[in-house]
Amino acid sequence: MDKAQEKDYFESLISLEYNFTAGSATTRFLEAIAKGNIVGQKCPKCGAVYVPPRGSCPRDGVPTLEEIQLPDYGCIESFTVVHIPIPGNPIEPPFVSAMIRLDGANISFLHLIQEIALEDIRIGMRVKAVWKPETEWTTSLENIKWFKPTGEVDINPESLKFISS
Amino acid sequence: MKRIGIVGYSQNKIKRDAGSANEVELIMPVVHKVLETTNLTQSHIDFTCSGSCDYLQGAAFAFVEGLNAIQTYPPIKESHVEMDAAWALYESYLRILSGEAEIALVYGFGKSSPGNLDQIMSLQLDPYYVAPLSPDRVNLAGLQANSMMKAGILTREEMYLAISAASRNGLNNPNAIKIDNPSWDEYLMGEIVSSPLTKFDCSPVSDGASAMIIATEDACEKFNLSPVWIDKIGHQVDSANLGFRDLTQVKPVSDLLEKFKIDLSSIDVIESHTQFSHEVVLLSKIFNCSIEEINPSGGPLVGNVMMAAGLDAIGHTFEKLQNHSAKTGLAHAASGPCLQQNLLAYLRCDS
Repeated sequence: MDKAQEKDYFESLISLEYNFTAGSATTRFLEAIAKGNIVGQKCPKCGAVYVPPRGSCPRDGVPTLEEIQLPDYGCIESFTVVHIPIPGNPIEPPFVSAMIRLDGANISFLHLIQEIALEDIRIGMRVKAVWKPETEWTTSLENIKWFKPTGEVDINPESLKFISS
Repeated sequence: MKRIGIVGYSQNKIKRDAGSANEVELIMPVVHKVLETTNLTQSHIDFTCSGSCDYLQGAAFAFVEGLNAIQTYPPIKESHVEMDAAWALYESYLRILSGEAEIALVYGFGKSSPGNLDQIMSLQLDPYYVAPLSPDRVNLAGLQANSMMKAGILTREEMYLAISAASRNGLNNPNAIKIDNPSWDEYLMGEIVSSPLTKFDCSPVSDGASAMIIATEDACEKFNLSPVWIDKIGHQVDSANLGFRDLTQVKPVSDLLEKFKIDLSSIDVIESHTQFSHEVVLLSKIFNCSIEEINPSGGPLVGNVMMAAGLDAIGHTFEKLQNHSAKTGLAHAASGPCLQQNLLAYLRCDS
């Protein structure tokens, strides 16, 4: 008996294909980042700036129509040291994944921190984007390779609360 | 028992393909509209419940993203059903009955255009015995239509009548998709999707969202709302094993009608969640009305938003009673293959 016949079951994988749409707000963000610009959206009620924008303020349930140009620098809101390799991920562990809060934004997004010793990374540390060469830019936040420290004075983590109400 | 009524309903114009708009962008307008028409704000809502299917978006917990469309601060009480929003309405109804809430917001949404809807719905089948065979939803509907034909309770003429009526009624429904009414010859020559169903017999793949607000009698008085009462509501499910079922009947619907003890001849408007022409024929027989009478909105054959079409049947019935063109209405929502699970809501105006 060969190996295939020994099996008393068979594997039947199901795959589904989707034509994914990011939504109009996120589409505009992705088109801007393809040109090296970071665009957030501001809530008309609470004034919070979201990046990447999803087209709505989940606090107030209203569309965020006003677009805000944001800088490519900010600070580390939170971070973790990754020791376990992720299949398909080209980065060798250990590396740092951090929540980056850009100046002028009210929420953070996940990105990498490089060009610094792991043990020196801390919450509140000022960081700046390191971009890929312009010829490699696409409609992706991966146009930014990683963030690196700027050497400026840290931000007080208390000031990173979502919004003062 | 506490009286609970529907006080508002809003539906997007149904599209075959909503393009780049995502689910949040589909939900937000209907939620805003239903709040606006009832003169309420999210702060008046004690309980929020949604109905959707994560497989349509192709992402686990995708329904959580839908909450971006509503005001969630200060924190709200909310829940979700991985079903048609008619069942979100049912959960909200029970929450109100239990005293947990006075006013509830219900919404349902579905964007079916990005994926292969027939394949996606197959994944909702019983995972051990049926899903591995991969019958798609039209195959199963064809099975039911065939059973009906063999039992002598369905003809191509009746199916054609259902399509013509839907296409005609759809013209009066501004949110419906415009469906060409085929000639009898065109219908007979129509491309077979799954015998005996042609493409004309199947509802169109649709994108959209709907929202509804329900409230207790006390809340209606307090906020000056004009309710259409949910006089009776219930749901029942048939076996998940297709072999155990008699597909020529919809036992849950018949059982619910018996429990409701309503005189079918006294009902002014019936909206039914019938996604295929033979389902229109089957349900119209159970509801003891003609094929032309059922679904004055056109029904799912002119716009079938997954996870909202059942709520829409209730919403369309509500609208007819709210504008006083009817006094009593029966709405039907369905879930699962071949009308497996069914919900009925009997609505009534104050006389």
